[in-house]
Formats: sequence, structure tokens, C-alpha cells
Amino acid sequence: MSDIAVRVKKIVVEHLGVEEDKVVENASFIDDLGADSLDTVELVMAFEEEFGIEIPDDAAETIQTFGDATKFITEAS
Amino acid sequence: MFNLDGKSALITGASGGIGGEIAKSLHAQGATVALSGTRVEPLEALAAELGERAHVLPCNLSDFEAVDALPKQAVAAMGAVDVLVNNAGITRDNLFMRMSDEEWQSVIDVNLTSTFKLCKGVLRGMMKARWGRIINISSVVGATGNPGQGNYAASKAGMVGMSKSLAYEVASRGITVNCIAPGFITTPMTEKLTDDQKSGILGQIPAGRMGDAGEIAAAALYLASAEAGYTTGTTLHVNGGMAMI
Repeated sequence: MSDIAVRVKKIVVEHLGVEEDKVVENASFIDDLGADSLDTVELVMAFEEEFGIEIPDDAAETIQTFGDATKFITEAS
Repeated sequence: MFNLDGKSALITGASGGIGGEIAKSLHAQGATVALSGTRVEPLEALAAELGERAHVLPCNLSDFEAVDALPKQAVAAMGAVDVLVNNAGITRDNLFMRMSDEEWQSVIDVNLTSTFKLCKGVLRGMMKARWGRIINISSVVGATGNPGQGNYAASKAGMVGMSKSLAYEVASRGITVNCIAPGFITTPMTEKLTDDQKSGILGQIPAGRMGDAGEIAAAALYLASAEAGYTTGTTLHVNGGMAMI
């Protein structure tokens, strides 16, 4: 797992209070990890701060899974 | 009770009668305050009166770029915005039949759209802090209507619906969003009324007098406090009984 994926996973685990092994590539924040829509906004805020990037609203909407997040952040940073 | 030590509050319209009293009340309870308004002189005078823990942040709320910048300036000055008081408001009264699009739009822009933008601008910090207080100063006419004030009443009623919607969204994050709806309060704005107008108004107020800006500030202080943590999505009517709603 890449360094970025490790850091993303840490944020997801801490923020959503889920087991690390539940955070797999296709795990949907809302459907699989129990996030509500405001949690996903907060996750994006946390990603922005951790990686020093800006994630525009239209891009944020496409980040639905752990895999989406690592892919977007890897490309952006 | 109602101690605000260590809290930072941004107050718009702080150069006006009600905004100034709100700033003084929050400051007296220990809050650091950022005083915003269009007229710099009264803001500077108020800051000088308050002494420490007071910052002046002039802003024209009809300039949306300036509105977007204001929360960031407040964070730069105070480190955070824990309490936001959207108090600034303008009137452009006219009979509905004669009201121009410009009169309509300018009141909606300053009173409602700037409130939306400022709420949005402070939410990120409040969500991270898991604590926040947003207090939007509406008006009794937002609930009752008032001839000649179709634009103003719409903006003030809009504030109430907006605040309730936001209150739903952020309640689980320790952020409360409430409105205060003042009735007729003695301020430079109401000083301009004629004696006839004043006696007409007083006849509709069971308390038999106009309200004092300090009585609005007391309501704001309550809503800003930790003690009001379970009060959200509500509108506190402070109007001497003129509308019991």
C-alpha cells in the first residue's frame, strides 16, 4: 500500500470509527462504512489538510470510496 | 453563567445600535470580538471603548468578494470564529407595486445572501472544533409582514428558514443555529420615525414601550453561551409582546 493510501486509511479509520480491515479499495464511505453526507464533507476537509491540496466541490462528489480518495489524492499531489 | 472566556465572536453591523450592544455583551463575558460594518469610525470608537480583545474588520456586505474574505480575516485576527452574529441589515422600503428590482435585490443581497455566505465561511472551523454558535438577527416583520417592506420581510423570513435547515445539518457537530427576531427597538434607525408613527407603534406593543438594544444583546448572549447548547433551530422573539408567536 502506498504512503498516501496509508495516510488516507488512517483518516478514514479515525474519523468514521471503523475497523482498519473494513477500509478496502471498494469500500463506500456511506454504504459500507456508515458515513452520513456531512461525514463525507468532513473527510474531504481532512484530506485537504493532510495533503495540502484543494478538492473542489464537483471533484469531492466523485470521491465515494476509499479507492476513489487515494486515486484522486495521488493524482492531485 | 454565560461565560465566554476564550471564545471569539464575529459580529456584523457592529456599528449599529443592536450590533454594538451585542458586541459589548459578548465582550463583557470574556469573548474576543471582531467588529464588522461599513462605517469604520464608529467601529474604531467601539473598539477603543472595549479596549483589549477587540478587532475592527470593515466590510461592505453588498460586495460578495469582501464577504467571502471576512471569515478568513476574522480567523487571522482572532485565531478562530466560535460565534457568528449576522446582525447587519439594510432597508429599502417601498410599496410593493412600486418596488424596483434593484430595491428588492440589494436588500436580499445584504440581508440574506451575505448571511448565507458568512455562515458557510465559518462552518469549517466550527465543524473541526465541534463547537459553534450562529445567531442570525431576523425581525418580527419576517413573521408578521409589514406594508412597504416586502423585500425586508422576505429577507428576514428567509433567514429563519435558512437557519433551521442549517441547524438540522450541523446539530450533531455541536453547532447551534438560531435567530433572534427583534420587535421595535430604540436605535438610530427607529429614531427617525415621527411622533405619530411612534405612538401608532406603541399602541400595538403590550409592554407599552420600545425595546432596548441591550434586551436584544441579552438574548444573543444566551444563544452564544455554552448553556444554550440544546437550543437550536429556534427563533427567539423579543418584541414586548407585539407578536406572540
